[in-house]
Amino acid sequence: MKNCILAGVGGQGTVLASKLIAQCAMERGEFVRTAETIGMAQRGGCVVSHVRVGEDAHSPLLPLGSADLLIAFEPAEAVRTLPYLKKGGTVVVSTTPVQPVTVSLSGKSYDASAMLAYLRQNCEQVVEVDTAGICQQCSSQKVANVALLGAAAASGALGVTPEELESAVTRRLPEKFLEMNRRALYAGAKAAEQEE
Amino acid sequence: MNEELLMGNQAIALGAIRAGVSVVAGYPGTPSTEILETVAARNPGDIYVEWSVNEKAAMEVAAGAAISGARALVTMKQVGLNVASDPLMSLAYIGVKGGMVIVSADDPGPISSQTEQDTRQFAEFANLPVFDPVSPEEAYEMIGEAFDYSEKYQTPVLFRPTTRVCHGCASIQVSEERRTIKPEGFIKDDTKWVIFPRTSYLNHLKIAKRDPILADDFSAYSRNTVSGSGKKGIAAGGISFAYLQEALSSLDTDCKLFRAATTNPFPEKLALEFLDGLEEVLVIEELSPVIERALLRLCGKHHLSVKIRGKLSGDTSPAGENTVESVKAAALNFLGLPEEQVDKPQPPELPIRPPVLCAGCPHRASFYAVKQAMKGKKAVFSGDIGCYTLGNAAPLNMVDTCLCMGAGITMAQGIHRVEPDTVNFAFVGDSTFFASGITGVVNAVYNETDIVLIVLDNSTTAMTGHQPHPGTGRTMMGEISEKIDIAAILKAIGVKSVEIADPLDLKAAVAAVKQAAEGSGVRAVIFRSPCIAVTKPAPAFRVDTDKCIGCKKCIREFGCPAISIRDGKALIDGSCYGCSICAQVCPVSAIKRT
Repeated sequence: MKNCILAGVGGQGTVLASKLIAQCAMERGEFVRTAETIGMAQRGGCVVSHVRVGEDAHSPLLPLGSADLLIAFEPAEAVRTLPYLKKGGTVVVSTTPVQPVTVSLSGKSYDASAMLAYLRQNCEQVVEVDTAGICQQCSSQKVANVALLGAAAASGALGVTPEELESAVTRRLPEKFLEMNRRALYAGAKAAEQEE
Repeated sequence: MNEELLMGNQAIALGAIRAGVSVVAGYPGTPSTEILETVAARNPGDIYVEWSVNEKAAMEVAAGAAISGARALVTMKQVGLNVASDPLMSLAYIGVKGGMVIVSADDPGPISSQTEQDTRQFAEFANLPVFDPVSPEEAYEMIGEAFDYSEKYQTPVLFRPTTRVCHGCASIQVSEERRTIKPEGFIKDDTKWVIFPRTSYLNHLKIAKRDPILADDFSAYSRNTVSGSGKKGIAAGGISFAYLQEALSSLDTDCKLFRAATTNPFPEKLALEFLDGLEEVLVIEELSPVIERALLRLCGKHHLSVKIRGKLSGDTSPAGENTVESVKAAALNFLGLPEEQVDKPQPPELPIRPPVLCAGCPHRASFYAVKQAMKGKKAVFSGDIGCYTLGNAAPLNMVDTCLCMGAGITMAQGIHRVEPDTVNFAFVGDSTFFASGITGVVNAVYNETDIVLIVLDNSTTAMTGHQPHPGTGRTMMGEISEKIDIAAILKAIGVKSVEIADPLDLKAAVAAVKQAAEGSGVRAVIFRSPCIAVTKPAPAFRVDTDKCIGCKKCIREFGCPAISIRDGKALIDGSCYGCSICAQVCPVSAIKRT
């Protein structure tokens, strides 16, 4: 298991994603620490979750340059959080931008492709996931988080297999949401396999 | 033993249950809220749990339980301790019989708070012991120890986790054992439980006598530690000590370390052991320089020539949150080691992403209605604490003042006294109204002040995660109680004009505000519409791109995060909750329900 940082916009489901990763690590008998953004900052603001594995982790927050894996729910948030990634670390990123109201108010939209290009220039392994497409396929706006986890697992950087992840999802989520989440998980995994 | 991934707040709750707590009261506030919620969720059945109407009420409920011999827990955030300070200051003199722990969660940064006040400093002011946990797993144990100290010294004790301990999670071994404590009940003794000037003088003497004894006890407390060797020492407390361990683990250096887990009364004996042989000390802590001042005092008291560095000397930041990086930089500088160089490639310009009201939030509609009604008129909008503080952001710009819980109602009255020709609005949420709004309305009615009160009633305490309050008709014991009706309260205290309106019906909402703005005395409009998080979405809206003229009125005036611009036309994304205000605003009827 590895150190992992998740970044996104409030409401995208980063907290559940970090809980699922932590659960997988605990099932492997590892000591886990996580830290999340909760409260005022979560409403449409930037949110970051830290997941640390191993007894030597003192701080709940990852030090800069120490994450093996960055799972970003949004292209600009990937760039914002990139300083946490260690050299040679992996980025799994959603290609779907979330336009902040501040940008829309100026009558513009920010350029997600510039963010993705910056990631490719500065990281060795970048897995791009079309979460909007997967959400449409699975007929749910709420499965982007599990799709990204699926991609992270299949990339090998999470240190957990898609099957282990599936069993964690099965235990954590209510029955009626399981099928769509399973589909999203493997659609994400497929995106990572195609990348390779 | 059962291993669970627990948030610090959950760990505190389970630790308190294990320690035999039987009465728990609190008021929601980030980062403390999940403690009480967890006690309620994991209640073995015999613990009484309530969300009190405010922190003062919670403190007094817990005090009553503790002087009756029960173990009592009270939870709040740091600014809540200000509200509860009146009973707290007096209770410190009177003392308790059963253990009483007051959790006051501090918020360095601040991340979700109005102030960067430090509960450790409050402990000094109130003459109370204070415990400062370093991690969720330690908090699980420490809360029980805090109860033990409270009972041993018959005093309430403060317990102050910070945001990163409250909201950090760790895998923790949870014990199934639980202490059983049978409260003796309330034993009448008017020399003990009735505060009077004479008894307070005597109790003040007792506290002065107790503190050195308790300080020595704390010097022996296993969580206050001294380790390492050298001529340089670093002292830290709380989460900063974890950052320090993290920072030092990557450095090949030795120095003396002091961790102060209880800062009041200060464990002087142990601190002297730490200072012995040192030339220089760096103090790493968040918020106030509490450990730094205690060490400075100790050096003065014992004529030690040890240089103490920290916030007061400008070596560390006087404000904000520490990080592993900031602690490491301070430690490297202090130890005379070279700074680390990090090469950062210049990223493209990043969009700013401030927190916003959710798509479909009824507060946005209420603010918009008031804004429309007051167009071109002189008005000041006093806001309050809750999600609706976010009404200050563009394009609404509808919060001109915000101070503390309940202050909007009373500040509007003061503004009116200086600017009588301005219409003075006060916005208050339903939970805030019950917590500390009612007395402000009584003040306005009695003193014949012209204000327009807008109650934003979304049927929940939204910002902190949807806790019940007296208007919801639910309690934390899972019981249904009679709802307390805000309109009936307003009428009972003499507000003559009380209108109830649906903010999602724009025309009617604007008309209600216009009418209220024209009257005199206290006029109230209650905007009633539930928070989107406690209700099901209505069918979403979409933009007919053939009809959309790209005027951007829906974005420019309303600022809903579900609406953005694509190819010059408005686009509504999947987060639409179907509130319909954008459709009511669109000048060409291009926005339709799906």
